[in-house]
This record gives sequence, structure tokens and C-alpha cells, in this order.
Amino acid sequence: METKKTYERPLIKPLNTGLMNKFGTRTDYATFPDIDGAPVADLLEKYGSPLFVYSENTIRKNFVDAKRTFETRYPKVQFAWSYKTCYLNAVCNIYHSEGSWGEVVSRFEYDKAIQNGVKPANIIFNGPHKSDDDLRMASKNGSLIHIDHFDELYKLHEIASELNIKPRVAIRVNMDVGIYPKWDRFGFNYENGQAWEAINKIIANGKLELVGLHTHIGTYIMVTSAYALAAKKMADLALSIKRQFNKTITYIDMGGGFASKNTLKGAYYPGTDTIPDISEYAEAITSTLLNAGFPHDELPYLYMETGRALIDNAGFMAGTVIANKRLSDGRSATIVDFGVNTLFTSFWYDHRVTHVEELGVHTEDTVLYGPLCMNIDVIRENIALPALRPGNHLVVHYVGAYNVTQSMQFISFRPAVVLIDTNGKPHLIRQQENLDIVQSHEVLPDYLNNK
Amino acid sequence: MNTTNKPTYVIAVTGLNAIDSPGPGISVIRALRDATSFNVRIIGICYETMEPGIYMHDLIDKTYQSPYPSAGVDVLMERFRYINEIENVDFLFPNFDAELFNFIKLEQRFKTELGIKMLLPTSEQFEARHKTELYEFGQKYDIKVPITKSITNASEIAEIAQKIGFPLVVKGKFYDAKIAYNLDQAAQHFQKISAQWGLPILIQQFVHGAEVNVCGVGDGNGELLGAVPMRKLYITDKGKAWSGITIADDELIEMNREMVKSTKWRGPFELEVIKNSNDEFYLIEINPRFPAWCYLTVGAGQNQIESAVNFAMGTKVEPFTTYEVGKMFVRYSYDMIVGIEEFEKISTNGEL
Amino acid sequence: MVLKKNIAVSDNGFLFNPTTGDSYSLNATGIEFLKLLQKGKQNDEIIAEISAEFEIDTITVEKDLNDFKSTLVRLKLAE
Repeated sequence: METKKTYERPLIKPLNTGLMNKFGTRTDYATFPDIDGAPVADLLEKYGSPLFVYSENTIRKNFVDAKRTFETRYPKVQFAWSYKTCYLNAVCNIYHSEGSWGEVVSRFEYDKAIQNGVKPANIIFNGPHKSDDDLRMASKNGSLIHIDHFDELYKLHEIASELNIKPRVAIRVNMDVGIYPKWDRFGFNYENGQAWEAINKIIANGKLELVGLHTHIGTYIMVTSAYALAAKKMADLALSIKRQFNKTITYIDMGGGFASKNTLKGAYYPGTDTIPDISEYAEAITSTLLNAGFPHDELPYLYMETGRALIDNAGFMAGTVIANKRLSDGRSATIVDFGVNTLFTSFWYDHRVTHVEELGVHTEDTVLYGPLCMNIDVIRENIALPALRPGNHLVVHYVGAYNVTQSMQFISFRPAVVLIDTNGKPHLIRQQENLDIVQSHEVLPDYLNNK
Repeated sequence: MNTTNKPTYVIAVTGLNAIDSPGPGISVIRALRDATSFNVRIIGICYETMEPGIYMHDLIDKTYQSPYPSAGVDVLMERFRYINEIENVDFLFPNFDAELFNFIKLEQRFKTELGIKMLLPTSEQFEARHKTELYEFGQKYDIKVPITKSITNASEIAEIAQKIGFPLVVKGKFYDAKIAYNLDQAAQHFQKISAQWGLPILIQQFVHGAEVNVCGVGDGNGELLGAVPMRKLYITDKGKAWSGITIADDELIEMNREMVKSTKWRGPFELEVIKNSNDEFYLIEINPRFPAWCYLTVGAGQNQIESAVNFAMGTKVEPFTTYEVGKMFVRYSYDMIVGIEEFEKISTNGEL
Repeated sequence: MVLKKNIAVSDNGFLFNPTTGDSYSLNATGIEFLKLLQKGKQNDEIIAEISAEFEIDTITVEKDLNDFKSTLVRLKLAE
């Protein structure tokens, strides 16, 4: 019997319009059939579509590489996993097993870290909102409380007196490091003397143990020199404390903000080419601290709260093509089964999207729509994809940071999350939601029950 | 001339858009064809199918279409791997600012994996000459650059204006520049330019004087291999040179020599300089490639393009010390007649 | 839908519209569809021929044929 030819949706597209042809981006849409050896189509069949997939290999590799990168440059380094970036317990525990502490910004995250076995003394408590009860509990536990504002500082003074303990604290410092936007809403300002005033108050009052200094200059920072400047200002503060009060600061916490390799909307070059490597950030920070003038035996610990850059490329969104359609102006559109409610970062990245099945080399510029009955549900405004058919599978790359934690239940259920272990074996780490889960917290007053 | 002992180089060239605001490719190719020390096979590299160079078969032996710079280095590497398998390229001249970022990144891999050499500035030099960094660049190397401050809020203009006075120039990060004669005007320009090109905005000291351009090559070790200054005589409505003339200015050549010496500039460059009434030179811009008018250097007795290739290929190059003053270029356009089968080939095969 | 008479598609999928001066590129299936339309075949004939030649169901071919034809009309290659 004669075998039939492979079918591809017929395409016709205008030439000489300056659009990229097949010589433009061939590898950009290469097929991507499996994640760490686990076939994507099988995962979707078993766990449902859409599906978040995390690679344990990549998570561990990212962490080990980052740790080595810093430790070969600086003798005293400690990482703390930024819970808000991805607080799935399976993911947190991978980082903890590699030696990472926990960095939390709410009581919910704090309790999660405790449940994950993080020692209270190894929890960094950040953020502008800590309740009185949170502060009491963290003080008693000996966690590291990073003070955000004067109201919190005075409250901690009260709590210290009331409980007769000496909470371990640091202040968060904001500063001008030549980047835009300037983050001045968190912590105490460096340039106008507010940070120094807070330090003075803590030391003069004596009820709190000032163990560190913390800064977090922004997010998705692509200029490593900003970190050098920030490290310089932090070191200056620490050295001034030593000079003025003969007090040695234990650690400088440089926060996070390193970019992942995603391509920001409006960027000309792909993020994979423009985003600095961790080593470049590390070099900027560590060389500044090493040359700041600390006596060798008083070199502070360097704490890092890197989140996004350690997890983004370890997370994938796998999903399914629902339909193709033609828009009124002739553009092609494809509807997929994952939307912006689960892939929040589509709002600011041009995510890389690849197909799972082998498809032809001819492409068509397509709008990628999510499944929501909402006009804003657009995954990519314009992407060159081969002729997709309903039922084809797609993989979105670099979605490991913030998407699971910021995803919301809306219109349909949030997807399951699967972790591929280091042997290529998938494990369910979060179940897909269902009607019972979503309704479990609803209360229907009796008089509205029509049953 | 003895052609048998001369090497033949396969040289790939981009920037084939010899249109009304031309890319440098065709000028570079003419210079290569005029080279006396080697023979060439010219490989054109185009992005779009309507770049005139594609159809100039007397100048270009074969043209390949290339992915746009925005597709990234991996795709670019793959495309050149393919081209190189067929053509065995010796040397590549990138001619667009936007593609240099990628080629600088790939320079080592091109050399070791493909055997393709280039003569490019280092990534530090490439970054340092960006508009936003040029003032610091000048400070570092003792070159006069109009005082430039990068701002994100219009309220910062007043303080800078006190220092540099009016008029001043309001510039976008990548494009656009407007002269402001007072604070209100400066604020208006700030709003307009930032709305279109985003932040930051550059506020720059206005320097009165005559603009001069210099085309030159540095060897990366601090030596200037050649430099020819040119005054624009006539410009198009887009501000591009329509005709220009080589001029004599030893101090300007000296300034270029100093720039190349102190920065160890590597590769071709075009400097845009303003000479004020006190005969001081202010650097306005460095383009890290040959300009579209570079064939004038050949006409003036300095085939800098040939020197660049020879230097990169490891042949001893004597720096040029003289050039003919008063040589002019007059640019013209020319309609080629092209059969649609040629367009079909480049469009469907990506090669012609 | 009637295809314009003076258009021709080459084997590598290059199509030139001499009336407007516009050029287009087609993939392999696009070429097949266009050639069948040029022969004046009706929808059911085209669907039968394509699904006999290619590994595909008739419903998909029907959907794609309709989309392809409407694109040809939009591009003024047919009316």
C-alpha cells in the first residue's frame, strides 16, 4: 500500500512586506517534544491540559551553578529561597535540600517555611506588612526581621520591652543606583540620611540586635553596574557603623532582582542574548564588597535572595491548541487552552513558544489567544508558528517564576503542576483544581438554597 | 599586475541597502574590488529581498539572506554555518549598528568554529560609545564630548540648564534630537521624545560650529591604520551626506590618533565631530563601522577597507599617513532592471 | 469563487499577480490547493483528491479549503 503524504494546513503569504521568511527564525520554532526526557504529549494525557511542568534537574543545576559562582568569588555566601517566586513545597524543599534558607514576605509564607523544616533562625522576614503578632512570633523565634519603616521599628522596640528579648533585625535600605524606576517605597532611603537615622535609633535604643543590612534595588535589573553601586553604598553603611559605634555587621543582604533570560515586550534582541549571566551580577557585587575596605576577619556574610533567575527556565507551561481562526483583517489566530490567568507573565514577556509535534517549516504570523472569554487574554500578540492544527501541543518556556504563585482561579480550574525528577520521572506536586476544591470555601445561606 | 601570487579571499558583506539613505555595504565592496593586494569573491548578506546589492551581479558573486538581528545569536550562527559550508568564508564585514551586538558576541565562535575573521570593536568599546555613555567615555579618555546628562524626570532639566546654558539639546535614548532655547521648550521636547522613545532622556550641551566626519581604522593595539576627514557639502532631506569633500586638518587627525591610542579602538569607525570657533573638537558620535561614504577614502588614496582585511588576515599593514585633500564624492541613484525570476529565487530560496 | 486567470504558481511556491505586482509564497499543500482550483475543480472534488493524496480527514480539508479560498479573495487573487 502506498503511504500518503504528510498534510500541512495550506498557507499563502505575501512577499516583500519586510516580514521574516523561513530563513529568518528556523530554530526559533524547532520542535520541543519532551522535558527532561518525559514526552510532553504523555504528560498532558496523564495529568490533563494545560499543565505546569518543573524540571528538578534545571532547578538544582541553576542553584549549584549560582552558589559556585558566588562562592568562588566571595568566602561567605548564603542563599535564601524567595518564597513568593514559587512556593510550591516540592520546589522549596529542593532549594532547602541544597542549603538554601527561606526568604518570606508574609505570615503565610513564614508558616510554610517552618512547615518545610527551615530553622526559624534561617528565615528572613521581609516586606512592608508584618502584623504585631507576626513581629512577636518572629522575635521569639529569633528569625531575621528586615525592618521596612519607622512604625515597624518603634513597634519592635515595644515588643522587645514587652517580651524582654532582643529581636535580631536588619533594616532595608533603598537608594539611587542609576536605574529607572527607582525603588524608593521599601525601606529607608540612603541618600537623604533616613537609613542612617534608623541605624542610629536602633543602636542608641539598644533593645534590638542589628545584625545586618538589606537592600533590593528593583526587579529584572539588566545593568550589573547598578549592583556594584548598591554594594558600595551598603558597604559604606556597614563601615560607618563600625567607625561610629564600633559595631560589626554580620551580613549584607543584596536581595534579588536578577533578570531571567526572558525577552521583555518591546525589546529588540532576545533575552537569551542580552540578559547578564549570574556570574556578571556576582562579579559586580563581590568585587565591590571585597574592595570596600573591610578588615579581612570582619568581612560580612553576603546573603542573596535570588528568585526569578534561579527558577524561571526550570518551569514550562504545556498546553493544547483548541482552534484556529481568521480575524477580520485576515490575520491568523490560534486559541490555546492556557490563558493569562495562569500565565501572568505574558503581560510583560514575549514568551518563547514551541510546538511538540513535528510540523512543516513554513510559518504564519499568528495571534495566540488564551481560552478565556476576555479580550485581554492574549499570550502572544504576534508569533511566527508553523501551521498548527487543533489538538497539537505547545510548550511555553521560562515560566517558572511567579506564574504558579500569581495564577488565579478564573472561569476554569487552575492546572496541575508536575515535577520531573532527576531520573526523568514525573511526580504530581499540585493537583488540578476541581469544582469541590474551588467551592470548598463558599458558604451558601440557607434561604438561597434552591435545592 | 601579478595576480597569480595574490591570495583570494572570500569576503562576506552586509548592508547591501544602497537606497536613498544607504548602508555601507556597496561602498565596502567597491573598495574590496579595488584592492591590489588580494583577489576577492564577494558574498552578500541581506535581510530583505529588495536590497539593491542582491541584484548587482558585477559587484557581488552570491547573496544569502540572513535572519534579522532580533532573532538572536543561535539562529545567526546556524545560518552562517550553512553559508560557510558552501562558501568557506574568510572574512566578514558587518555594516549595521544593530547587528554588531550579535557579531561581537559571536566573534570567537566565528573564528574558531567557522574560520571566519572579523575586525570589530570589543563589547566594552561598543557599549561605551552609546549615546548615553559617550560623555563618560570622553571623560575617561580625555576627549571633549558635549556635557550630557541622562534624566528620567523633566524637573531635572533646570539644574542642568544652569550648568550648560541655553540652547541645549534634548535627545532620545536611540533616536531624535531637538534644540531647546528655554526651559519650557526643553520640557516640551522632553514630553514629546519620551512619549515616543521612552526614558531616559539625554540633556546635552549645544556646541556651535562646523560638523566634520572622519572615517578611520584602529588596530586594537592603539595604532591608527588610517583616517580621512570629510566635510559634507550637500545633504539629503534626511540629513545624509549627498556629496562631501576630503579636507586637511592635522589637529583633527591627531585627535583621532589620540582616541585610537587611548581607547585601543579595534576596527573601523566613523567619528562625528564639531569644531567650534576656538578650533576645539567636540565628539558627537562614534559609529563602530565603516560609513556609507567610505569609498571616498579609497579615492583619496587610503584603501582602509583593504587595510582592515589585511590586518585581520595577519598580513603586515603599513598605516596610511597621507591622503589627497579636495577629493569629492557625489552620490547618485541608479535604476537597475531586474527580472522577476531573480526576485523569486531570493524570496523562495533565500539565496541568489 | 473564481481564481484570477493570469496568475501562475511555480514549483517552489512562488506566485506572482501580474495585475497588481504583488508576490506570494505558498507551502506545498498551498500549491496543491491552488493547482486544483486552477483546474476549476469543485469543493467536493478537491476535498476528495486532497484526502486521497494526503494523510488527513475530509473535515479538516474542508475547513482549510474554505479558509484558503477566503484568503485568496482577500488577497485579490480570486473573486
